[in-house]
Amino acid sequence: MTKLLQWLLGVSLIGIAWGLVTFDLLDLQLPAVYKEVAWPMPVYLLVVFGCYSLATVGYRVATFNDCEEAAKELQAQIKEAKADLKKKGLKM
Amino acid sequence: MAGSKSKKKNREEADKYSVLLPTYNERENLPLIVWLLVKYFGESGYNYEIIVIDDGSPDGTLQIAEQLQKIYGEDKIVLRPREKKLGLGTAYIHGIKHATGNFIIIMDADLSHHPKFIPEFIKKQKEGGYDLVSGTRYRGDGGVYGWDLRRKLISRGANFVTQVLLRPGASDLTGSFRLYKKDVLERLVERCVSKGYVFQMEMIVRARQLGYSIGEVPISFVDRVYGESKLGGNEIVSFLKGLLTLFATT
Ligand SMILES: Nc1nc2c(ncn2[C@@H]2O[C@H](COP(=O)(O)OP(=O)(O)O)[C@@H](O)[C@H]2O)c(=O)[nH]1
Ligand SMILES: [Mg+2]
Repeated sequence: MTKLLQWLLGVSLIGIAWGLVTFDLLDLQLPAVYKEVAWPMPVYLLVVFGCYSLATVGYRVATFNDCEEAAKELQAQIKEAKADLKKKGLKM
Repeated sequence: MAGSKSKKKNREEADKYSVLLPTYNERENLPLIVWLLVKYFGESGYNYEIIVIDDGSPDGTLQIAEQLQKIYGEDKIVLRPREKKLGLGTAYIHGIKHATGNFIIIMDADLSHHPKFIPEFIKKQKEGGYDLVSGTRYRGDGGVYGWDLRRKLISRGANFVTQVLLRPGASDLTGSFRLYKKDVLERLVERCVSKGYVFQMEMIVRARQLGYSIGEVPISFVDRVYGESKLGGNEIVSFLKGLLTLFATT
């Protein structure tokens, strides 16, 4: 099953569950409070997911390592390599 | 007891690592990356070869490679040039054909992938018997150097979207510093259809799909010092296209 189908399946399952409760499609005579909680659910879920995404990406950008040390080490090694290669007879 | 131990040692010594270095206009970087590779392989004692796949670089990268071959020997530096620029994906395929090692290491020749991590890749692979080991900028001590806020944001954002949509089981999909078992790489390359940038992403997504095990090693990615990037331009557009293609087909 492709990722696309997995997503479609997941979304339709949630959609069906939501429809069942909100419009009481099976005539289960659910208490009215169920309906009240259920109908704005999709919007809540979207907002929560949006916030989670922004927070996660923001946190990861803020904590993205800057490898100063690695850059310095590389610069030093480049010098060393150039000197050694010259000694070995490399003509640039 | 002693017998089984020496047998294990022999098997380890039989491992050979072929490093594929695709180059296009890398005359300044190639000697440096080769020097570093020789240094770290020399120190760690693994058996290796470096395969340079130059695509007719107008800056004379191949002449430099020939000089390096004289310095370090034909068994260590193998030249497999091609006439003209045919792209990164086919450069790997070309290189694999000529590789004599049972493991293959893929890396860029522009010094953004540092050879010091290779012994760590090898150790990780041996520890877990992994089919492939991928370098990651996004985990542990991994990171980048020379990126501004905008680039970090795009990188992290794109990575997050990809993780959500594909759940690939690896944290760095677009990086291209990896170690593969040779037969695994051959099978993956056969199956991968995308070109350029998306190729790396497809490789790891298909690897997971085929049930291969993936190990990760944090790496520091230092932006290239010499020369310029050949990709770029509409990188974001081709990334999104590739992502959606993989989303619909894997
Ligand atoms: N043989 C070959 N190498 C290439 C080609 N395009 C890029 N490369 C090499 O692939 C590596 C990665 O390319 P680079 O331009 O640094 O891409 P970036 O790191 O994504 O910006 C470098 O070692 C390049 O020299 C190509 O068409 N043929
Ligand atoms: Mg690069």
